[in-house]
Amino acid sequence: MSARPTIALAGNPNSGKTTLFNQLTGAHQHVGNYPGVTVVIKEGFCRRGAEDIRVVDLPGIYSLTSYSPEEQVTRRFLLDDQPDVVVDVVDTSNLERNLYLAVQCMELGLPMVLAFNMSDVARARGLEFNLQRLSALFGVPIVPTSGPKGEGVPELLTAALAVARRERPCAPAEVRYGRDVEESLERLQRPISSGGTPGSLARARWQAVKLLENDADVWKAFPDPELRALVDRERALIAERCGDTPEIIIADRRYGFISGACSECVRLTVEERHNRSDRLDALLIHRIWGLPIFLLLMYAVFFIVFKAGGPPTEWLDHLFATLKDLARGGVPGGGSVLWRSLLADGILGGVGGVLMFLPNILLLFTAIAVLEDTGYMARAAFIMDRLMHKLGLHGQSFIPLLLGFGCSVPAIMATRTLESRRDRLTTMLIVPLMSCGARFPIYALIIPAFFPAAWQAPILWLIYLLGIALGVLCARILRHTLFRGETTHFVMELPPYRRPTLKGLARHAWDNARHFLHKAGTVVLVFSLVLWALASFPRAPRPAGAAGDRTAAAPELAQSCAGRIGHALEPVLRPMGFDWRIGTAMLGAFAAKEIFVAQMGVVFSVGHADESSEPLRARLRELYTPLNGLCIMLFMLIGLPCMATVAVTRSESGAWKWAALQFGLLTSLAYLITTLVYQLGRLAGF
Amino acid sequence: MSRTALPTTSLPLGAAEPGRRLRVAGLAGGPALRARLAALGLLPGTDVTIIRRQGRGPLVVDVRGSRVALGRAVARHIQVVPTEPAPAV
Repeated sequence: MSARPTIALAGNPNSGKTTLFNQLTGAHQHVGNYPGVTVVIKEGFCRRGAEDIRVVDLPGIYSLTSYSPEEQVTRRFLLDDQPDVVVDVVDTSNLERNLYLAVQCMELGLPMVLAFNMSDVARARGLEFNLQRLSALFGVPIVPTSGPKGEGVPELLTAALAVARRERPCAPAEVRYGRDVEESLERLQRPISSGGTPGSLARARWQAVKLLENDADVWKAFPDPELRALVDRERALIAERCGDTPEIIIADRRYGFISGACSECVRLTVEERHNRSDRLDALLIHRIWGLPIFLLLMYAVFFIVFKAGGPPTEWLDHLFATLKDLARGGVPGGGSVLWRSLLADGILGGVGGVLMFLPNILLLFTAIAVLEDTGYMARAAFIMDRLMHKLGLHGQSFIPLLLGFGCSVPAIMATRTLESRRDRLTTMLIVPLMSCGARFPIYALIIPAFFPAAWQAPILWLIYLLGIALGVLCARILRHTLFRGETTHFVMELPPYRRPTLKGLARHAWDNARHFLHKAGTVVLVFSLVLWALASFPRAPRPAGAAGDRTAAAPELAQSCAGRIGHALEPVLRPMGFDWRIGTAMLGAFAAKEIFVAQMGVVFSVGHADESSEPLRARLRELYTPLNGLCIMLFMLIGLPCMATVAVTRSESGAWKWAALQFGLLTSLAYLITTLVYQLGRLAGF
Repeated sequence: MSRTALPTTSLPLGAAEPGRRLRVAGLAGGPALRARLAALGLLPGTDVTIIRRQGRGPLVVDVRGSRVALGRAVARHIQVVPTEPAPAV
């Protein structure tokens, strides 16, 4: 064992694994991408006496196949990183299904402890476990824990460390797969262990099982044609003798092992668990009421985001305005004019302009966390499946699309869970139409600038809905043109409804806020400075006393690089009602959408260095009409997917052409719609 | 064949009645779908009950004590046999 032991937490989704992880590690954790893949693995540390322990929270999965990226990541971590002990978190109120993963972890032959989570809830519902007997049958220690209250966590840590140090016996039981499969396994194990890949006996057996299960990853590891031919023969033999494919036979045996153990050690009254959830579902996923309730909840989210987020956002706005004044000249002897402008316009105008929306972002992600932690999100996918199906997509596409409201990048990565390439590409291409968190500051800047308070939430809601509607429309068109064919399948667990914990929500919101702050401190900062430089150089000679007229373009800015680029773009942008200022801001929006706001701040600050700072919204109101504002939001919603989105689409689709198609398609659609809205709006007299 | 009798032939899950105990007789479909169903505990021989079925939308099925949503197309791939007579209504 290494000096610092590693505990890997595995478990089903909704097993309470993350709560346990938080209890073990407290605040000492960070989120990291596992090298080579993009599924997030959380890592944290805890101390036990003088000992430092590393705890890794693996993604929630049901099985150790290689069909989903989460499963692949978990498997690779368990195999390659060789944690000192695996703690499999088991939801005891859904024991058999949860033990299915436990049995597969056992097959890997790693030191292991089972955490029987929420045991007190299960006990209260009439579940009784003979843990001693169960532990003997499985050959691994079992520790009862209770998620929300943190009971049993110290005992779990003690047991895990004891197993990691080999002080406590742990000999995972071997599942027998019946005579036919066992014979095939035996015939396969010899060529596997002689085939060059080093590993223990347990590993060879596991590999043989995986080969029989037709596992793509393991298959790739054995290129030997003779072995492959043998695998094919054995698979055919099993299918012939057992009447079904080996994967089904093997899964059936695993469940058989579990059922046997459970019937001996557990007295179950499972039906209890779902009474309340089923009653709630009767309403929330009702055939007719389900969809209106979903829309209403979404509306409520946006209402809260704006209503409760408004005042703190304004305080931050004032704070930054004050800081800008100080930087501009409030502090005597604060350096040259250029340095003051860099600080006030470049940094405070850019980064501050984005940071002021932190309260909205926090509220938005807290609201999403509430919907997720209660179990409602799975229902939302269920409700949408019917609708999505009509559009040629299916409920499972809804998950990546939903993630798209946070950020397009993880959303596009999440399309990996879709089985068919057609579905993946279709979903990937329309993900940017789901309005991401980075676009939120644009709406948050523009909506209050042009629209009365009573309209603000409805307009935001409509913007989001429009994105969804367009996404759906594009999907339908794509499915009837480029990606014809059958849709893949919708299979999803509906977890029982739960009351979310305050701690869990806070952590969720903070994780997202941290991402937002990090981005503001890096990408947005750098681009704010670049754009500030573009907007400030080359500097025009300043005629004395020329300041003041701000509705006419500040000559200095118009002369600058950014101004020139903006001017060059103007003829193209004119039909949408955009001037060269918006054109310059769009340059930044390609780097990251929130930079649009930062850049507007810079554009309107530069050249007015000797004036008192004035809220950006007031300036926008002077120059633009509500129709302009609406058009900006439309274009930003639909078109111009950001750099990161283009890059991840390229890497996930495997070809530049899809990234180019996405960019071209969405931007032309945006151009078309925005032009149409602007021209019609003009005709209607707005 | 009357509807209350215990049929010996299987029918697709999508065509079965809600609330009635059913036994999975066979799974069709591709390996990925079958693996996913197996991971959720839905295998030949498993008892399932339809909890909710709405129009042409997905089904909610009780599988080993958990609730699993299945799209219509998935339900067509699952053959079931009723294991008890239809509940008296």
